[in-house]
Amino acid sequence: MTQETPKQNIHEYLAELDDIPGTRIYTAARARKGYWINQFAMSLMKAENRERFKADERAYLDEWNISEEAKQALLKRDYNTLLDLGGNVYFLSKLFSADGLPFAEAVSTMTDMTWPEYRQMMLDGGRSPIGNRSIKGGY
Amino acid sequence: MAKITAGVGSSHVPLLGVAVDQGKWQDDYFGPIFKGYEWTREWEAREKPDVVILVYNDHASAFDANIIPTFAIGCGEHYKSADEGWGPRPVPDVEGHADLAWHIAQSLILDDFDMTIINEMDVDHGLTVPLSMMFGQPEKWPVKVVPLAVNVVTYPVPSGNRCWALGEAIARAVESFPEDLNVQIWGTGGMSHQLQGPRAGLLNREWDNKFLDMLASDNDDVRHIPHIEYLRETGSEGIEMVMWLIMRGALGKSVKTLNRHYHIPCSNTAIGHIVLEPAD
Repeated sequence: MTQETPKQNIHEYLAELDDIPGTRIYTAARARKGYWINQFAMSLMKAENRERFKADERAYLDEWNISEEAKQALLKRDYNTLLDLGGNVYFLSKLFSADGLPFAEAVSTMTDMTWPEYRQMMLDGGRSPIGNRSIKGGY
Repeated sequence: MAKITAGVGSSHVPLLGVAVDQGKWQDDYFGPIFKGYEWTREWEAREKPDVVILVYNDHASAFDANIIPTFAIGCGEHYKSADEGWGPRPVPDVEGHADLAWHIAQSLILDDFDMTIINEMDVDHGLTVPLSMMFGQPEKWPVKVVPLAVNVVTYPVPSGNRCWALGEAIARAVESFPEDLNVQIWGTGGMSHQLQGPRAGLLNREWDNKFLDMLASDNDDVRHIPHIEYLRETGSEGIEMVMWLIMRGALGKSVKTLNRHYHIPCSNTAIGHIVLEPAD
């Protein structure tokens, strides 16, 4: 028989997810908010859609039920704002790919580092978890 | 009778697929990673499994934001490589084992696991990169695959405890399949990595190795690690490691470690893999 563990309180569970520095966990609330941003990004998996998007980004975006703020963030490739608006990195990565940008380089734009600095940090063992685990706890 | 003979935990970083597809696997950057898989590739060639139950997550390829199955099992005859935005990976189609997959799906549902059944889908790097790491670049994959996709993207994702219990139920299902089959189960994803926000690039060598130790041990403490610990310690995408617990749960109480490898970095990610054999 499997051992039963105490079930999680959903409010405590969700509060903890928001206590991680520099991180937006893709909660149901974010998934709801960013639904069409993510569905737009998903559409770029089809070659013909990528071509139409590249030909006129603004016109392609206007076909989607996306806020003006999100459209501007998409046009500027402002990925941190897109995370705040409910974008998820696995969906947004279709845009990295459409841009021909390596995944890690696109990720580096969300940090305070340049791509060469970020790449070097990864080669040196990555970002330490020390001091990066909890906003409230500061550990 | 079908039997699960071994379990593999492995990262599935997309860049490894690029390295294979572009022949870069011996260069300075990728060389140490692929060397770590050398023993495992030779072992797989000797073991010749008939079927791999491949636990992975879809990265917004087969599933969009619309439908989010927590646990989904592929019951189709074959699967194509997904176009993830730069064209499909040039790898062979993946052949399913529909008889075994449907048997597992039915058994799991009768065993209280409410599975989503998929007949047609494309499979992305989460599934094809581990195949490339284990089998290289064959004209045809030497195994049939039962894809088992887990939601580790939209929260809440399944608990480690639930994943372990699913693994136990999969082992029971496989053992009640009448045909003689050598079945492996692979848990993929991880290890520590964060692909988003200002904290991107987080890696945790110490925690990852503790996790590998726990998988190799005879107790099941690892199933009780809460999501928040994965997220704080191993980055937002480190949560993928819960999928390794489905593999571990399927192997029974005691395991023997046949191989273990860890390397930092590959792209944004800490790479690890472990090969385990049931020892009960």
